[in-house]
Order: sequence, then C-alpha cells, then structure tokens
Amino acid sequence: MTTPRRKPLLKRLAGTNTLWIALVLLLLIAVFGALRPDAVLTVFTLQTTLVETAVLLVLAVGMTFVIITSGIDLSVGSVLVFSGVTSAMTMNALSGGDATNAGWGVVVVGLLVALVSGAAWGILNGVLIAKAKIPPLIVTLGSFGAALGAGQLISNGSNVSGVPNVLSNNLGTGTTFGVPNLVILAAVITAAGALLLGTTRFGRHTYAIGSNEEAARRVGIAVTRHLMTVYLLAGVLAGLAGFMAMAYFRVASITGHDTDNLNAIAGVVLGGTSLFGGAGSIVGTIFGVFIPAVLRKGFVIVGVNVYWQPIAVAIVLVAAVWFDQSRRKARDQR
Amino acid sequence: MADPLLEAKDLVKHYGSVEALRGASFTAFEGEVVSLIGDNGAGKSTLVKCLSGVERADSGTFTFGGREVDVDSPIAARALGIETVFQDLAVAPDLDPAANLYLGRELRKPGLLGLLGVLDKKEMRKRAIASFEDLGVTLQSIDVPIGSLSGGQRQSVAVARSVVWASKLVFMDEPTAALGVVQRERVLDVIRRVRDQGMAVVLISHNMPEVLAVSDRVEVLRLGRRVAKFRAADTTVEELVGAMTGALSQEDAG
Repeated sequence: MTTPRRKPLLKRLAGTNTLWIALVLLLLIAVFGALRPDAVLTVFTLQTTLVETAVLLVLAVGMTFVIITSGIDLSVGSVLVFSGVTSAMTMNALSGGDATNAGWGVVVVGLLVALVSGAAWGILNGVLIAKAKIPPLIVTLGSFGAALGAGQLISNGSNVSGVPNVLSNNLGTGTTFGVPNLVILAAVITAAGALLLGTTRFGRHTYAIGSNEEAARRVGIAVTRHLMTVYLLAGVLAGLAGFMAMAYFRVASITGHDTDNLNAIAGVVLGGTSLFGGAGSIVGTIFGVFIPAVLRKGFVIVGVNVYWQPIAVAIVLVAAVWFDQSRRKARDQR
Repeated sequence: MADPLLEAKDLVKHYGSVEALRGASFTAFEGEVVSLIGDNGAGKSTLVKCLSGVERADSGTFTFGGREVDVDSPIAARALGIETVFQDLAVAPDLDPAANLYLGRELRKPGLLGLLGVLDKKEMRKRAIASFEDLGVTLQSIDVPIGSLSGGQRQSVAVARSVVWASKLVFMDEPTAALGVVQRERVLDVIRRVRDQGMAVVLISHNMPEVLAVSDRVEVLRLGRRVAKFRAADTTVEELVGAMTGALSQEDAG
C-alpha cells in the first residue's frame, strides 16, 4: 500500500461550504463595488461595516462551538442585554450613581461583572442541557426570555446610561493605526476561538461530541463536562459582547437585541457549520457573519430598499443549509 | 490449562422488568479467540457491555488477570487493557480516520503548546497510516471524514482502533456484519494476528462457519445464561445451533 498523500489544499477546500461562502462574500463585495466604487470601496465603509459587525462576530464565535456540538443557544442576545445592564449598573453604583467620569478601575470591575453575568447564564444553560438532558432549544428558549426579563427587572425596564467616557472613547469608538479598537478585540477573540477549535484537543472533542456523542462517551471523553464548558464559553462571550455593545453605544440598551441570537445562528450556519453538529469552522463563521452585514451596507449604498436585506439573507441561508443537507445525504448513502 | 485471563461468574442484569442476564458466566484465556454465540436476545451484547464497562451488572463477579475487578466505566476497562468494537461501531463520522483512531487519546505537541492542548496532527496522521498498514487496512483516502468511506472501511477503522490500543483483550461485537467477502477475510486475519500476539479476542458473531473458522473455543449463551462450551476443533455447526436453540445442553457449562 502506498502512503496516501494529502490532497492539495484547494481541492480539499473545494469540497467544503467555506470556500463557496467566501466566494459569495467576495462576489457581493465585487457587485456592490462595481455599482458604486466611490462609496463602497472606501476606508470609511470598511470601518463602519467592521465595527457594526464586531459584537455579532463575538457572539457567533461562541455559537460556532455550540452548534458544532449539535446544540443551539437562543439566549445569547438576552445574555448580552443582561450583562450590559449589570455591568453598567455596577459601574454607576461604584461611582455614586453616574459613572460617566469614572476611571479605569471601575471599568475593569464593570468588565468582570459583564463576564461573570454571561458565565452565570452559560453555566445555567450548560447544567440544564448536559446534566438534566433537556433539549438545548428548550433550555435556551427559556433563558432567552429569562435573561431579558431579569435584565429589565434590574434596570426597571429602561436603558442604563452613565457609561464611563474612558471606556466609550477607547474601546467603543477609539482606533489604533486606523483600526477600530472594537474590531481589534473582536479579531483577537475570533483568532483565539479559531485556534481553540482548530488545533486543540478541546476543539477536537467538540467536533467528536457533535458528530457522535455516544462514540465520544465510549472513548472516555467527559461529554457532560465538555458540553457545560461549551455553553459556559458561549455565555462568557455573550457577556463580553454586552460589554462591547455598551462601550460602543454609550448605553446599556434593553432593546434592539431581540434577533441577535438568530443573526448569530444565521452567520454560523451560512459559514458552513452544520446544524447537525460535527462540522464547521470559525473561519467560515467570519464569512457567514459578514454576508448579512455586507448585504445591508450594500443595499443602503446602492439605494435598494433595505427591507430586501433579510429576504436576501434568508435565501442564502436556506440555500446553504440545503447544500449541507444534500452533501450529507450523498455521503451517508454509502 | 492456565488460569483464565477473564472470568465472569453469575452476572445478572435487569433492564426494568426485563432480565437480560440471569446468572451468565464467561471465560477467556490469553492467546485465544473465543466466540460468544447465542440467538437474538440471548444476552450477548449485554454481557459484552457489562464486561467492557458500558453497563454495570446488578450482581456477579468479574475476575481479570487473577484479580476481582470492578469495571464501572469504559475507561476502567481500558485501564485493564480491554478494548471493544461495538456493534454500532461508535465512530465519529465527521472526523477523519486518524482522528477516530486517536479519539480520546490525542497526541499533543511537545512543550508549551502541548500543555495548552495543541494537537500533534502530523504525528497522529503518520502513526495512523503506519497502524492501518500494519493491520492491512486499506483506505482510499486518509483525509476525508470517515462517514464518506464505505461501510467496510468504516468497520475496519473501528476494528483497528480497538486492536491498536488493546494490550490484553478485545471484544468484537459483530465486527464482520455488513462486510464484503474480502473485507471479512481481512478482519478475520486481523483477529488471528492479534491472538498470535498473545491477546485474547472475544468474538460475537451470527455466522457459524466464520465462528468455527477463526475460534479456538466457543461459548454459547441462551436466555441470559451460559449453556455450553466447545472446543472449535471438536464441534460442528449443527452442535452449535443445537446449543443455541436449547435442543442440546451441557450440565456443567453454567
């Protein structure tokens, strides 16, 4: 028997959704760029698109892990709201009611509160899903409602202002060498997530559990603990996303995050991660998250009614899932 | 004969009101292939699950290597040098053959990266190719998800995984089901090779000619109990079937 040689990279990539979705993204940019080269291919457009997508990208990184285990997390948008509210209110409380002029010490405490708030919801999701074996759809549908409700209870149903200027001016709207700081943070998180998923044992076990949970259990992988960690990760990232959104908008907002969960899921699935679990990548998620963003931006710039955007996203999304399904069916028939 | 490597006595296992094992016993020696046969529902798979740590028997004793052991998880079984090929294969279809071979036992890079959990994919791939070659497993590609391979190749990988890691005993629950003639022969060759290395192989099969071809001994399970033991060289298909159906029984077998 001859030693099997690795197929060339391009050939391996051609079989995956990732390549196709990357091409779709490039095609969209090319089309919009050709229609309005003056407005589309500018630093300003690039910057705003990136900034507006940074928070969603952080949510989608956590969601990628969850979906690869063949789970789902509907609660991320609500956890984002909850974490922003708890963080902003803690910072206000530490500064005698208004944290606008507070220093870095208060901001660090605010960050910790946001992360811990996200972690708490993540652990709750994880325990109910992995230990109590309640389907992820039901558990996170519950925490989707509960986290938002809890956030509204704490803030009395209104947005929380008083976000420290040092936070908003640096993380929220600041730039480093022309790159928005918010984008740098999202890029670092995304890179870390990609390495964790693609190169480590944790990542390998994530795929294995999504591919065949029973097989993973039988080879001695601690499936329950692993699933709890994955939902914890998604929760912590949702907490961080809440902190980032608060820094950017200068307010911990109660509204406007109802469909964050669906946008994150759509981005992940568009990026070639299978809802059936076991397959997917963070690189794909990056492309997947930017397709809706580019569509929205592009429609605005070329003057198409922006209400077409969700319809266009829906078409691409359904096509992507259909493609994934038929690929699996072809494979499993053997 | 030497002391048995594995001796299970009077195992009882209930699933609710169903009694899958009613005082089943089983023996395996080093360096032999022993087949465990029985009609559907005789308790073969349940017995293997109890002995490989997937399920836990309600009562009975389990001696391995002369010591009484409590195998309460697959990990405990593996620590004893026991591996299992399950009937339902239990591979991860989205991972490639090398990843499946090393699932749960991933090699990590040396140094700091390894401490961070970074996998040594290159080394695993290299060693997997060598292992598949050793065992005569031919795969048309090593870099595709195992789900895209044929049923036989998938099965070969599952068999290879257990054989590569076992040091004392391998349970194989229907390892040749769904295989073509050539691949079936290849799996049987692997079984003989493993036996010749001094390991015990416990084979579950419905295929009587195959059982007689590869086994040294045969033990028969019926209604959750051991009802007969044979030396493969001294028995016939008719005798085995008689024992399975209850037409024939040995008083001292239980």
